[in-house]
Amino acid sequence: MKSVIVTGKTVEEATLAAAIQLAVPRNQLVIEVLEEPVKGILGVFGRQDAKIKASVMRSMGDIARDFLTTLFQKMNLEASVDVTETDDTISVQVEGPNMGILIGHRGETLDAVQYLTSLVVNKDSDNYKKVIIDTENYRSKREETLRKLAKRLAHKVAKTKRKIVLEPMNPFERRVIHSTLQKDPKVTTYSEGEEPYRKVIITLK
Amino acid sequence: MEDLVSFLAKQLVDEPDKVEVQRVEQNNSVTIELSVAPDDMGKVIGKQGRIAKAIRTVVKAASLKEEKKVNVEII
Repeated sequence: MKSVIVTGKTVEEATLAAAIQLAVPRNQLVIEVLEEPVKGILGVFGRQDAKIKASVMRSMGDIARDFLTTLFQKMNLEASVDVTETDDTISVQVEGPNMGILIGHRGETLDAVQYLTSLVVNKDSDNYKKVIIDTENYRSKREETLRKLAKRLAHKVAKTKRKIVLEPMNPFERRVIHSTLQKDPKVTTYSEGEEPYRKVIITLK
Repeated sequence: MEDLVSFLAKQLVDEPDKVEVQRVEQNNSVTIELSVAPDDMGKVIGKQGRIAKAIRTVVKAASLKEEKKVNVEII
């Protein structure tokens, strides 16, 4: 973290000086008071300036970028990271030549990296932000695949009048199935089992 | 690979100084033993081992190019 140690007549003055020195707005500084100012007798004898350590606050998006950049280096994975941060979400787009390794089987590696990033980013923070990591539009493509699968299976259930149990899916994927078939006139869906083996079941209405 | 496990663990725990990893070579596999401060165990294991599973998944992906299978044990 970038930081400076500054003195001033008051903590307030020192903070201002630090903001100018670091060229960032004051509200992005973390201030640690090293020495409280002492006024002294007649403002002359024993007077002591305030001494502070001012550090530039890192946004949660910065933490995500640093974490992922180092992680990919240590995984020997050539990748560039683009982070977009809003009030409640951090979206990360990853690009590189070997994104299949990052995605993994059915996105399991991508989900693991996303989960770990979310833990690291939200670790020391008061407000929770959702972390979404995607590469080569894997997530939207997967959603499309699941929608098609849901429709095909709903059709089969209606025809055979037998329920179908899907393979275990994560909450995001289950929600895609539920929402796709929500208004289906013939079938209904529900989930069964415990995480991480929770499955969607499609059955006749 | 030890480096990757150590990095992940240090990012997750409250006491990064207490993170230790050791590489144990077997015939055709490698085990990376991870130990953390007792209070930090939950931070690397997680509910129903969810965090440990994520760490293993990432290590597995990173070791695809290696000849040996890499295991991660939390001790």
